[in-house]
Amino acid sequence: MHSLTKTALSFNGIGRRCVALNRFSETRIICRGLTCTAEHENELYDVIISGGGMVGTAMACSLGLDPNLEGKKILLLEAGNKKVMDKVPDAYSTRVSSISPGSATLLSGVGAWDHIMNMRCKPYQKMQMHITRIEEQRVEVWDACSDALITFDKENLQDEMAYIVENNIIVAALTKQLENLSDQVRVQYKSKVVKYTWPKSHQVADAIPWVQVTLANGQTLQTKLLIGADGPNSMVRREAGIPTVKWNYDQSAVVAVLHLSEPTENNVAWQRFLPTGPIAMLPLSDTESSLVWSTSHRHAEELLQLDEESFVDSINTAFWSNENHSELVETAGSLFRTALSVLMPSAGSARQLPPSVAGIGPKSRIMFPLGMGHASEYIRHRVALIGDAAHRVHPLAGQGANLGFGDVACLTQLLSQAAFNGKDLGAMQHLLEYETERQRHNLPMMAAIDLMKRLYSTNAAPMVVLRTFGLQATNTLPAMKAQIMAFASK
Amino acid sequence: MYSKKFERFILGVCTRCLTSAVNGTTTSARTAVSWTSVRKHHKQFLERRSQNGFAVVRIRHASKTTVDPNEVKRFRLLATKWWNEQGDFAALHSMNDLRVPFIRDNLLNAHGGRQPGKPLAGLRILDVGCGGGLLTEPLGRLGADVLGIDPVADSIGTAEVHAWHDPDLRGNVRYRAITLEELSEKGGKGAGQFDAVVASEVVEHLADLETFTLCCNQVLKPGGSLFITTINKTQLSYALAIVAAEEVLRIVPSGTHDWDKFVSPVELERLLESNGFHVESIRGMLYNPLSRAWSWTESTSINYALHAVKLEEEPNPDEDDPEDPTVIVAQAKARRWYN
Repeated sequence: MHSLTKTALSFNGIGRRCVALNRFSETRIICRGLTCTAEHENELYDVIISGGGMVGTAMACSLGLDPNLEGKKILLLEAGNKKVMDKVPDAYSTRVSSISPGSATLLSGVGAWDHIMNMRCKPYQKMQMHITRIEEQRVEVWDACSDALITFDKENLQDEMAYIVENNIIVAALTKQLENLSDQVRVQYKSKVVKYTWPKSHQVADAIPWVQVTLANGQTLQTKLLIGADGPNSMVRREAGIPTVKWNYDQSAVVAVLHLSEPTENNVAWQRFLPTGPIAMLPLSDTESSLVWSTSHRHAEELLQLDEESFVDSINTAFWSNENHSELVETAGSLFRTALSVLMPSAGSARQLPPSVAGIGPKSRIMFPLGMGHASEYIRHRVALIGDAAHRVHPLAGQGANLGFGDVACLTQLLSQAAFNGKDLGAMQHLLEYETERQRHNLPMMAAIDLMKRLYSTNAAPMVVLRTFGLQATNTLPAMKAQIMAFASK
Repeated sequence: MYSKKFERFILGVCTRCLTSAVNGTTTSARTAVSWTSVRKHHKQFLERRSQNGFAVVRIRHASKTTVDPNEVKRFRLLATKWWNEQGDFAALHSMNDLRVPFIRDNLLNAHGGRQPGKPLAGLRILDVGCGGGLLTEPLGRLGADVLGIDPVADSIGTAEVHAWHDPDLRGNVRYRAITLEELSEKGGKGAGQFDAVVASEVVEHLADLETFTLCCNQVLKPGGSLFITTINKTQLSYALAIVAAEEVLRIVPSGTHDWDKFVSPVELERLLESNGFHVESIRGMLYNPLSRAWSWTESTSINYALHAVKLEEEPNPDEDDPEDPTVIVAQAKARRWYN
């Protein structure tokens, strides 16, 4: 494997004999002399983070600020350019994320939250989801709309449920914070990695025990721990041979920035489940919202082709149209609602109506395919995966970024503890703890999101009745809603 | 992970049954001999104890050296296996979770706030019986200047090669294949140099504890700390640390420990207190073979950790302030020693 093996082995034999004769100083000098030069050419870092997106940069900030990791050499590798934002652009960008309070805590812990608040962010207190069914062949207009609805709100809790922040702003804020940590954390932009070399699982006398990272410019770096934050098509994960469970939803998401018809106190996130997929409107400001419409590939392409007016019409139709549904479902739904209101008269809040859309931001329509992915292992010896590299979800619950930030918080805490105990940062023990803790949190969340997606993709009457009942029942149980919100806020 | 441990346990039991069945008398006689010899020792010990009342029976012969040649031979054969975290020394690797915080926290208490990232910076530590450097390396990573010594040269070789790869450790972790007596003798150079001496899982392998204690006293600075982890000498430790750990579960290689050499915390405390130390704390440790993790426990019946502090130098009696409590204690101790 290593070309040095024979020479190194014979050297080792000499070395051992020297040791036996109590001539240690000589051995050490020989050791240093022979391979010293080779070692110094490859810089050895304590941690290398591969991938400078939201989660990778957050990890770099978090490690750089930890007192127990002071003095450790940390490097962030990003293939793209540095994202600086001197002035916040007037136009909103299309890619946004819903940031839970737990993630907001992490971001404020690394000092980036202040930058984000100063730049631009929108808290929302309420999320309302409408579930309905539309049949495209028949057009029948019914007076009563009896779509089931569920509302999550934090009115009684006085603080925000979550925040909608543009992804660019998050990355820019974190980058700004990294500049303050330049003596702790080095960042290399435009550094594409071409190869990873993995170490043996336990020490062989002459082999290099570190992970080696070869960049496109020929530089080779070594590290005691490699953190893979390089997105859903992670090269770290692929090269490490970690099997991934993944499938593509036959859906693409169309995202756009919407101008609302009239300014409102825009603090509600709307999501309506159509049979083709959920359409969501997330508040950005009093006059603007972000659209995330998950639908079939064909429909998504059609939407992109439409002119602005038709596109706006289709959005309004999707949110406002009267449902077409069978009498069975309607009767069952209204009966159930009556029963619930008798049993729990106070539960369930007043229903609000979503705002209507007047226009869209210029050139702001894009689409991207959706899929689900989960790495069966998050860790290997000296390797850890965080963020989308480890898990990729459907945007319908707004949890993708939050799961990544949760990984950052957990791994930082475990690495900090390991460093305080004098451990080798790449050792399996604390990495296994990270994997166990995060898989226990992420898997149920991902299963729930996938289940929701499948549940609401079907038109079959029994399923519709079931989910209608389920949603109405959950809406009247504040304790259960509180549990769901607590889980999603972590 | 659990299934592997269970599998090893079942395999161990089955192998013993099978080999004794297949090979007939040879193996069973051999195992029978080793069992009976241990039981014979134990019976003799009990008889001696009942004859002499509570007098301490010296199993170790008083010798000038702490090193037992049989122990050296045994550990030489295991020298290459130190750094396999799932191998023969797995229990020692996971013991770091207890002993590193124990040492670190007690030293931080004694020496005050240090810089973050390198909490033990500026402290000199001696690791006696360091073996492959399992405990020496974490202490080095915490910033201390550590010297690891071990009489087995092959272990020192393994330790040096392992530590050499890491530039963080090259500066402050050193190894020497000498014994503690040689170090404390060397023309007074070894004397009074170290802030702390660590002797983890060592005293149960030594030939002479008295000499060991005297040497530790010599190499420590006044007020310096001595950390010992070892195994208690009780019926329970016999059952668990010898029979279960070595013969049945194979947590440690067979023959690693000799129950006669175990020392109880009471005896160790007496020994230390009469040699210029003050014992600060003793804590029990417990190993869970299923989770392969150690934890602190109330009872010191099996494993325990001990922290002692070398007393400050006894001042000249003529110049003493008779009201000073430390002087009174020191004088009382001196009187007890000479009486």
